[in-house]
Amino acid sequence: MTAVAVLALAVLVLPLVALVARAPWAELPELLARESVLQALVLSFVTATAATGLCLVLGVPLATLLARAADWPTVPRRLLRAAVTVPLVLPPVVGGIALLMLLGRRGLVGSVLEDWFGVTVPFTSGAVVLAQVFVSLPFLVFAVEGALRSADRRTEGAAATLGASRWQVFRHVTLPLVAPGVAAGAVLCFSRALGEFGATITFAGSLPGVTRTLPIASYLAMQSDPDEAVALALLLLAVSVAVLLGLRDRWLPGVRG
Amino acid sequence: MMPAEPSSARPSLHADVTVTRGERRIAAAFDVVPGHPLAVIGPNGAGKSSVLAAIAGLVPLDAGEVRIGSRRVDGLPPERRRIGVVFQDYVLFPHLSVRDNVAFAARMRGGSRSAARAVAEPWLARYDLTALADRLPAELSGGQAQRVALARALAADPDVLLLDEPMSALDVEVRADMRAELATHVREFGGATVLVTHSPADAAALADSVLVLERGLVTQRGTLAELRAAPATAYVERMLAASVE
Repeated sequence: MTAVAVLALAVLVLPLVALVARAPWAELPELLARESVLQALVLSFVTATAATGLCLVLGVPLATLLARAADWPTVPRRLLRAAVTVPLVLPPVVGGIALLMLLGRRGLVGSVLEDWFGVTVPFTSGAVVLAQVFVSLPFLVFAVEGALRSADRRTEGAAATLGASRWQVFRHVTLPLVAPGVAAGAVLCFSRALGEFGATITFAGSLPGVTRTLPIASYLAMQSDPDEAVALALLLLAVSVAVLLGLRDRWLPGVRG
Repeated sequence: MMPAEPSSARPSLHADVTVTRGERRIAAAFDVVPGHPLAVIGPNGAGKSSVLAAIAGLVPLDAGEVRIGSRRVDGLPPERRRIGVVFQDYVLFPHLSVRDNVAFAARMRGGSRSAARAVAEPWLARYDLTALADRLPAELSGGQAQRVALARALAADPDVLLLDEPMSALDVEVRADMRAELATHVREFGGATVLVTHSPADAAALADSVLVLERGLVTQRGTLAELRAAPATAYVERMLAASVE
């Protein structure tokens, strides 16, 4: 039993140990300062930040709806929850293909955008952001929904009896109470967006400086310059560890070991 | 009971409410005049808290009306009724200090944070909360939280005060003292006051008359002495017998 558990732990940890052990530490500064790396780095941070912002704007109201759906009839409630959960279980490539079917030049909406407005979505930085939003939105929604559910709804009623309008209740009571959940959701959302690969490469391609994000650059470098690929992988690992540490101490007290 | 000085200026409450909570239909009608608090008493699940919530506008009425003086309020949202509520377990804002809890109503009226805090200052002093002003609700004892809840509600200058089981969150040892203190504050408020409780001792200390609610219906109304003289139901008899507090 314990032996299996140790094996499982090894499965999780050993690859990362190998990554760190085999990293070209001496050349790291030079590798990370390369034009292609910096380009991917900037693009990744800009798109993941934009995707997180978009997820916040879209996700907080959706989380509110989901939390309220607790008293809906079973069927619509489960359908709503399933719709939000789909991107979590769907292979990202499928998400990318689905986005193409919707927004591609011959897609359901994409053809209209192309014909009427001359707007092409796929293979742009905007497409990168959309692909990231598609895969990372559920993380934000579920984190915020959890916070909404655990907040005492009676505080909102109390605020109303003290003269707070609906907007004031939201602004002064609901939002501050769910802020830790929103922050945790945003961080998870950002890290998921930063690591996005499958949906991005399918829907947005791999144009240097436009759609070639860190994970894609890392994958491509593996074929030409493994050292650069490892350097990029280390960078992504560092960001993930930072996210984990940040979440543990500040935003997810419930998950502390 | 001596009506407090401002009570003559305060309106009375007329409540005639019918609400549905789950399977149960709850109907109660009563008038409360300023300076003569009414205790709504009854077993758990009788619908006492729902009656208060309906008056405050937190649950919708199936039928009936709520009037404060000549002002009909049942069509208004809670924030426009001028009804102060001390909730069961107090429901303080956990993210705000004692000072900002008490300043909340002033803040909602559109004042700046510092202006609202200035408004809260005399209320903090009056309820002996100045030393606790920077604490968060989680750092308060039950009795302290009760004072904050009362100060928060009264700082909004309500016409009517509703108290939902105000003593139930307190330790038994401090209850008698807190009851006397609360009675003083309720008297000072002087407006129409309705108290929900299941304790005859609370009713005796805090209210002039009692309304008994059982399974959603009013079964008796009168002073405690009148209830003792002629209990209308087995529940009233048992309740009065059990309370030798």
